[in-house]
Amino acid sequence: MSLKAFHLIFVTLLTTLSFGFSAWAFIAGQVIFGALGIVAAILVIIYGIYFLKKLKKISYL
Amino acid sequence: MEIPYTVQPRPDTGIYNAKVGIWLFLASEVMLFGGLFSGYVLLRVGADQWPHGWLDVRFGTLNTIILALSAITTLLAWAACKVGHFGKFKFFHACTLLLALSFLSVKMYEYHDKWIHYEIKLADGTFADGHLVEKSADFDLAQKTGTVTLHGRIVKDETLLYDLRSQKNIELKEVTVNASDIVKMENYGPWHNTFLAIYFTLTGLHALHILGGSIVIGYLWGPGSKMWKKDPERFTNRIEVSGLFWHFVDLVWIFLFPVLYLT
Repeated sequence: MSLKAFHLIFVTLLTTLSFGFSAWAFIAGQVIFGALGIVAAILVIIYGIYFLKKLKKISYL
Repeated sequence: MEIPYTVQPRPDTGIYNAKVGIWLFLASEVMLFGGLFSGYVLLRVGADQWPHGWLDVRFGTLNTIILALSAITTLLAWAACKVGHFGKFKFFHACTLLLALSFLSVKMYEYHDKWIHYEIKLADGTFADGHLVEKSADFDLAQKTGTVTLHGRIVKDETLLYDLRSQKNIELKEVTVNASDIVKMENYGPWHNTFLAIYFTLTGLHALHILGGSIVIGYLWGPGSKMWKKDPERFTNRIEVSGLFWHFVDLVWIFLFPVLYLT
């Protein structure tokens, strides 16, 4: 598995963490943290798509 | 003697040797951290009481952002090598180093905060809890002389110190305690309770990995970068291998943060 593939796993888990963090914050009544979590998750998804397009030619192996 | 398969893939594995090596190493790391995480789960489900809200989520969040950014700069450094932009590699790797040092600085601040945080059991059965302001010059716990001042509060029931989530606006003030009134005085070190023991173990081991990774990244950024001139492909593979390790360390933090800070 190349760094590209590992980075993709990392980005996926980071997105999950951001959404999870957001859910935690809303449940704990911390609305600002919750909103920031959603914004972070969206930014990570956008970055993930950008990164995949940019490194199209590099192998996953 | 030339080392084989530093650049070209080995026919039977399909990848260069260093990549096989790092994945074998990371497999052992998964077992190490996996064992500790399992230990955490077992200790937690078996505990009568478990602290909540003891760690500052703001610092944990900050460190998560720092490590996420460092994963991106590591990837960009590798990508820069792939396309032959050595200057960009230097820049992105320097960013990774600075981010790693920032992470460690935040962690050290958090450790220090716990180190100067004391819980004092008093003779009347109450508890003084807070951050150390000062100890009088003649303070001696064994001799029962002098005073100690904390910035915190006094509670009648120790269980109030365990779950801080529901205690939003705790009023803190300076509390001075006579040594003669102290039954037990202990800071929030790993010996204080099971939660802090596992917190310091997990985060301490993780911080050591960050430190080790920083040393490797620092070497590849500095003296190790000479290899770029004579064997750029091999150097690029070294950057990939160090990047795989760095991503693993970042991945561990993605599990540590919610487990320790949010639950």
